[in-house]
Parts: sequence; C-alpha cells; structure tokens
Amino acid sequence: VTSPIPPGTRDVLPDEMRELRAISERMRATFEEAGYGEVHTPALEYEEVLRRGEERAAGARYRTFDEQGDVLALRSDMTIPIARVVATRYTEVEPPLRFCYFAHAWRAIERGVGEPREFLQGGLELIGADAPEGDAEVVSLTIEALDAVGLRRHRIGIGDGSLYRTLLHELDVPEDQHMPLLECLSRRDLVGLERAVGDLPERELLVELPTLRGGAEVLERAEALRPLHDLLEARGVADRVIFDLGLVRELGYYTGAVFEVYDPAVGFALGGGGRYDELLGRFGRELPACGIALDLQRVHLAQAAEEALG
Amino acid sequence: MSGLTIAVPRGALFEGTLDLLDRLGVDTAEVRSNDRKLLFAEAGIVTMRPSDVPTYVEHGSADVGVTGKDVLLEQSQWNVYELLDLGYGRCRMVVAAGAGDPIGSALRRLGRVRIATKYPRVAARHFADTGRQAEIVEVKGSVELAPLTGLVDGIVDLTATGRTLEENGLRVVEEIGVCTARLIANPVAHKLKAAEIDRVVERIRS
Repeated sequence: VTSPIPPGTRDVLPDEMRELRAISERMRATFEEAGYGEVHTPALEYEEVLRRGEERAAGARYRTFDEQGDVLALRSDMTIPIARVVATRYTEVEPPLRFCYFAHAWRAIERGVGEPREFLQGGLELIGADAPEGDAEVVSLTIEALDAVGLRRHRIGIGDGSLYRTLLHELDVPEDQHMPLLECLSRRDLVGLERAVGDLPERELLVELPTLRGGAEVLERAEALRPLHDLLEARGVADRVIFDLGLVRELGYYTGAVFEVYDPAVGFALGGGGRYDELLGRFGRELPACGIALDLQRVHLAQAAEEALG
Repeated sequence: MSGLTIAVPRGALFEGTLDLLDRLGVDTAEVRSNDRKLLFAEAGIVTMRPSDVPTYVEHGSADVGVTGKDVLLEQSQWNVYELLDLGYGRCRMVVAAGAGDPIGSALRRLGRVRIATKYPRVAARHFADTGRQAEIVEVKGSVELAPLTGLVDGIVDLTATGRTLEENGLRVVEEIGVCTARLIANPVAHKLKAAEIDRVVERIRS
C-alpha cells in the first residue's frame, strides 16, 4: 500500500530538520537582538476576519466549517494575523511594535508540479514606524539575518508598488487602459506591455520605466524611494539592494515600498514584503506598518549552494 | 554569452536562434556541428525542446532562453519575464476543419464540438471566450489525423504555411493568434544580472 501526502506538502526528516532549525535559530537570534519578539497565532482563522485584511483573504484557499457553521480558513501569510493581534491585543501599547515569526502558511497550488501547498515562513513585522525609517530597518535587518545564516550574495529588490499607477495618472492615460497595462506588468510580460502601450503619449517612458533597475542612478524616475536609499546608505547596506521600478507584488494590501529577496543560487525569490499602512486600520487601530517574509526552505537551498562554493 | 546561460530550443526555432546568437558574437560552431551534445558550457548554451525552455529558465538553470509564444500561451503562469518578440519562427495558432462546416454542425445539432489539439489550454480558452462548448481531446502526435478518423470535428494547431493542413484535407476556419519566438528571462537573473541581460536586449533591438 502507498499512503500518499498531498502534492506540495512534505515530510521533514531529522537531517533536514536540524538544518532548518539552525537557520531559524540564527534568524530568530538576529530578530530578537533587534527587539523583535516572536509570536505565534492560530493556523485556522475566521475567514471573514482574514478578508477584513484583504478581499481575497490574501489567497487563503483551504476552508472548513466549525461547529457553529462559521467558515474557518488556513492562513496564507502571517501579516494579516499579526495585524489582527496588534489591533486586538495591543490596543493601548505605544508604538512602534516589533514582532517576528516562524510559522507555516498555506496556499493553493495553481500549476501542479513543484509548487508548495504548505510552506515555512520566517519573517518580521514593524508596526507603527513610518516610511522610510521603518522600511530601512526592515530591509537592513533582513540582510543581516541572511548574513547570519551564511548567505553572502543575497540582494533585496526594492520597488514602489504605486509607481506605475501614479505614472499612468500623471500622464492622463484613460482609466480603461490602466488595467491591461498593470496586468502585463504583474505577468512580467514586457512584450505585451509594449503592445498595450501602443500609441499612448510618452510611449517610451511607459515601456522603459518598468525595466529600470539598479542602484541610485534609477531613482531619478522614482524620487519617492530616494529617502529610503539615503537611509540604507547610512546603514552601510545601499550596495546590497537593487532599486527595481518594475517590481510589483501580488497582494493587495501594500501601499508603498515593496521588497523581494534574491540569491543567485535560487531561481525564485527567497521572499518578499513591503509597506502596508492601511491594513492595521481595517482591524481598528490605524498604524503604519512594514514587513517581510522569507521562505525558509528556499533560504536553505541558498545556504546549501553557498556552502558548496566553499 | 557574456556570463549568461541561454536555453536554446532545438527544432523549428533552432536555426533562427543560432543566427541570432551569431549576431550577438556567440560562437555557435560547435552547437551547429554536434546535434547530440546538449550542454555547451563554454558558449553558455544549453539546448532542449522548445517546450522545456520556460521550465529551465523559470528555475534559473538558464538565465535567459528562446521559446515560441505558443509554449508561453499554453501555460500562462510561467514565472518568467517575456522580454522581446524576436520576430522569427512566425506561425499562426488556428482552428482547422474538413470540408463543409463540421464544427458549426456539431455545435448546432449536438450542442458541443470535439477538438483535438496539442494545446488543450489554448483551445479550451478560445472556445470558452467565444461562447461555444468544446470537448478538448489532447493528442501528442500528428493532430491532422484526428478529424480524418472521426475522432473529432476540428483541431487547434500551429501552422506556418498551412501545407500540412491542406494535404490532409483541412482548412483554416479561425485564427486564434500569431506566435513568434520570444526572449524570456528568469526573474532573479533579471535583477542580479541586469546589466548583462539589458546589453543583450539592446543589441537585439538595434
């Protein structure tokens, strides 16, 4: 008899577990040192509560009913649950608040093979700190945590989630043309984008902007990110970030800077995050916030590749 | 190719891709002369069937690659950048059927049409978008055979000249789209090797 487990889930045996544990211990030590206390929240939440954070409940896919017939969902990230915790358990506490977590989350498998249904995330949330200081803290602490794990070549991509939308408004591009352009951008379809731009005025700018990525030189087109750059420079990590004017993140709750974490050893981003200044308000306590989450199994892949380099 | 690994499709796009690499200053002599070897580390080239190119690029085993738009359309959620339309390898994705109007009559009398294809997602999307019920039959080999034997009422396939269709008594009844070769890139390489990738894109554009 075979006794399968669902595609996209996995058993972790002692050798791997020991290494994963070592990674999370080092990251946790870095986060705790910086004042980020670890929290844990239920894997199951009321779906309605998750939806308050994001209309699609941040992509939570697995639902069940409880004894009362209420819909429960398996969380798909830790950002919404932590926003809920802050708004309900820290109603009076003076911000900023700093939390870290190491927990599983669940998402649907869209394509079948190879995608995780259940994944282990390690991340942090900084609540009550405005941009750009809060962003700089989260970015530099992420770099530091990955240094502690033994990675050396990682970089953080930094974009502005509203940059292209703002540009479309500034150029008076008709509203009905926004959606097709933004969809091409989120599909990373630059051929489709160029076609969708068609004969719009400032054609070159609309096509080129999302391809700009690099150091401070690209900030001429994204002045909003310059204060963050200057803070990162002061922290000595400006050379470890890539400003990426085409970067967009899927989740709807981001309001400012967005992040993605890269390592040359892994073909996929190790994680990502961003600023979400409106999320806490939806749970009843209006505070700016910013956070990042790393997929620990991908971090493990990058660590193994780094060790192989010697 | 200046520190990049490129996935090159064997088959219909092979020659065009090697010509393109020649223009970029890549030495393709060994690739042209050895059709059994798959990995050419010195030139930074890996060769494979076109439908495997997005897989290698998505996982970062190749930084960039060339594949047909048909491959990208069939699996629309590839986690890759589509950087450039390379123009060559031009084909049409079409609906074809035999004499008379087998598709129309199947829809009229049976309420649905049976379609054979190697592109089940493209076919299903096309019929759904045009408000017709279709049963998609996925085949791996010569699609033209399917309507001749009565397996299906019509086919969805890629055609360059239309000659194979004609020789099998089929004609194009609808065009779904035009497919050409595309340059794609791994999203992480697109950031970490930005200068190298941009240089390639600029040289191809000019």
